[in-house]
Amino acid sequence: MDYSIKIGGEAGQGIQTVGDTIGRVFARTGYHVFTNQDYESRIRGGHNFYQIRISDKRVTAARDTIDILAAFDRESIDLHAGEVAPQGRIIYDASVLKQTFDGAQFLDIPFTNLAAEHGGSGIMANTVAIGAMLGILGMDMDVLLAVIAETFQKKGEHVIKANHASALAGFDYAVKHCAHCSFSAAAAAEPKMLIAGIDAIGFGAVAAGCRFYAAYPMTPSTGIMNYLAAKETECGIIVEQAEDEIAAVNMALGASFAGVRAMTATSGGGFALMVEGLSLAAITETPIVIGLGQRPGPATGLPTRTEQAELQFALHTAHGEFPRVILAPGDPEQAFYLTNKAFDLTEKYQVPVILVFDQYLADSQWTFTGFDLEKAVHKDYRLRAEALTSLHDYKRHAYTDNGVSPLAVPGESRHVVVTDSDEHTEDGHITEDAETRMKMVEKRIFRKLPLIRSEITPPGHYGSAAPEVVLVGWGSTYGIIREAVDRLSGKKNIAMLHFSEIYPFPATDRFDYLTLLGNAKKTVCIENNATGQFARLMRAETGYVFTSMVHRYDGRPFTLERLLGELDGHIG
Amino acid sequence: MATLDDYKGQKPAWCPGCGNFSILKTFKEAMRDLGLEPHQFTIVSGIGQAGKFPHYLKCNTFNGLHGRTLPVATGIRLANHEMPVIAVAGDGDCYGEGGNHLMHAMRRNVNVKLFVHDNQVYGLTKGQASPTTLEGTVTKNAPLGVFSEQLNPMALAVALDCSFVARSFSDDPEHLKAVMKDAMNHRGFCLVDILQPCVSFNKVNTHEWYKQRAYHIEPGYDPTDRLKAFERALEWGDRIPLGIIYRNNRPVLEERIPVIRGLPLVKQSIEIKKLKTLLKEFY
Repeated sequence: MDYSIKIGGEAGQGIQTVGDTIGRVFARTGYHVFTNQDYESRIRGGHNFYQIRISDKRVTAARDTIDILAAFDRESIDLHAGEVAPQGRIIYDASVLKQTFDGAQFLDIPFTNLAAEHGGSGIMANTVAIGAMLGILGMDMDVLLAVIAETFQKKGEHVIKANHASALAGFDYAVKHCAHCSFSAAAAAEPKMLIAGIDAIGFGAVAAGCRFYAAYPMTPSTGIMNYLAAKETECGIIVEQAEDEIAAVNMALGASFAGVRAMTATSGGGFALMVEGLSLAAITETPIVIGLGQRPGPATGLPTRTEQAELQFALHTAHGEFPRVILAPGDPEQAFYLTNKAFDLTEKYQVPVILVFDQYLADSQWTFTGFDLEKAVHKDYRLRAEALTSLHDYKRHAYTDNGVSPLAVPGESRHVVVTDSDEHTEDGHITEDAETRMKMVEKRIFRKLPLIRSEITPPGHYGSAAPEVVLVGWGSTYGIIREAVDRLSGKKNIAMLHFSEIYPFPATDRFDYLTLLGNAKKTVCIENNATGQFARLMRAETGYVFTSMVHRYDGRPFTLERLLGELDGHIG
Repeated sequence: MATLDDYKGQKPAWCPGCGNFSILKTFKEAMRDLGLEPHQFTIVSGIGQAGKFPHYLKCNTFNGLHGRTLPVATGIRLANHEMPVIAVAGDGDCYGEGGNHLMHAMRRNVNVKLFVHDNQVYGLTKGQASPTTLEGTVTKNAPLGVFSEQLNPMALAVALDCSFVARSFSDDPEHLKAVMKDAMNHRGFCLVDILQPCVSFNKVNTHEWYKQRAYHIEPGYDPTDRLKAFERALEWGDRIPLGIIYRNNRPVLEERIPVIRGLPLVKQSIEIKKLKTLLKEFY
């Protein structure tokens, strides 16, 4: 079983709710699910879609061919009918689209009328559509009925009943009118968790002990703020919506200085405003995690779409020389653990950590059997009450062998904590002294950097141990490249190298990925940008040059069949 | 109980005769009188001559970026609302570069005390106009005189319903000390605009200029009457009012957040148990 469902319509038609509900039903049934979304920068109208892929095997990317198209508007048919497989179905409500379509693929289901008839109101047309899709696939209704009961719990018994009736009406209608459909659902299995990249970052922040989050809303990072705000009281977190991104980063630094783990996140435009704050974090050695959700620029670009074009920006932005850590998770599971690692590294080494993701990773949902919460690290590196009081002397920026100075919480002892955006002495006061300046630079950069580099995990290796072809990627392209390797491994001696811990650039002592690349005949760097930013970094750091590159920069993510087609030209 | 010596900091690098010296001395006295020891409060400062202020005394210090004192101070207060936080800034720092943050700090009503060293000129960059420079003042980079109207921080603050709005003068230390202490004792965001001569770059608003115009607001004045306060805030020129211009009892940001009704955030331990519940939400 490997089916793809696409739900298309205008903003405001409830496409996201339909997609989320179906995704949850499939995950709970035990299938592997991958969902992704495509939407415009508008509140009503336009064209949006939500795509869901389900299988009894692991799926990690979107396909180009779809099996069921649920068309909530005419445009969905115009744009996507051509993507539907010959045996697939296009379901629509002729009374809404004000048109009937001929052809074996089309199935007119009166969503609105069935909802009015069985649920008492046309509002539940989307619930009818969900029921109908499950009917077409030949699935059981129990899970959906349970999900509906949970979703509408607060709205009361009558709302649940009406939605149940609507879902069943859609289901029955589809079963009756799609008797010859060729779909067959796989057997149910253990329920799986379904999680989006953006929620995984929020959850990862909570698991890492994040207590303060300040941000200015900006797609695709806003979901982190929403997740954490919903957990404020339950988990003891303060979420502050700042007046701008400059305030957001400075608030987070203030909270961190005061002794709590703090984070902010934004997209490229907001990150541009935060840049001076990044530099401030560096010289004051104040821990901070900054989430950078990439979207296509320059400037406002394509504000709701995806791109991997801010790697070089994250690497080089901010004035002065200082170390930083750049992590770029490839899927929600990595997002969870790398957010945790980001908090650990920023506090351990007192350097800023930038967590780079993009709209595609933020909005796509993946299934997992579960996250191992024991693997989440939470070590407090701050000097607090007793440990601090017992010190005879305290200097916030004291020289140490490893360059890391003791990080005290102000107010917990008689020692004052002093830091400065100017170059400073060990006790944090302004200085212009040349020798002190050199020692501070050496402490911040040369002492810390090798230690930080030793914490960086080498790239993930998937597929052949001694490949002739290596597909290379970073961040959100993990899933698509992995599936491409799966598809091609019958014909090719092929492997993937995926970088999710990008800077300091991984050393080769634990895994000699450069030899692996050097022994391969074809190495292809696949990036969701126009100029190959990772390939440039690779060359700068290691001297290695890929044999070819595949770029996509139309603001959309890679999809399986299209990528395979393109790879054909590079690896034959 | 701390003595003035306990607050002794680095040797100031200000110009001889600068109004900052008096502000520094008065501030130390106010902290001593309030019984706040050096480790018990934090000063956040930005860039400019005022930005150096916390280095010249002893206290917890975050000397951050130009214009960004208030966001840092807000973050500190939210993480630890038992820590008194004073933001020290110049007129360029907080009325110019950080103007947006000032407006929103007043709206939030975070319990931060903002002490502005207002000398109506940019000192550190050598004499350019600041937002409070008088219209028409000729400077090196404005040879035709400043075209923009002078910002009135008191009127701005009253208009935004700022919780505590006061003005004092560096040459009037007793008054300044009383205003500083009132601000420290007030619950809510405080703006204290401290008039201060710049002996190097402001040849108009001198010690004498301020002395001839500044007057103490009369004892019977009601600072809770917002309309009267606005009228008083507009006074400038021949007569400049010193004292508490406006005050209200608006709810304080930190007191509205349920999470910190008990312990400050920084003193709360992290409960890892809840993670299992959070994980279940994804099934």
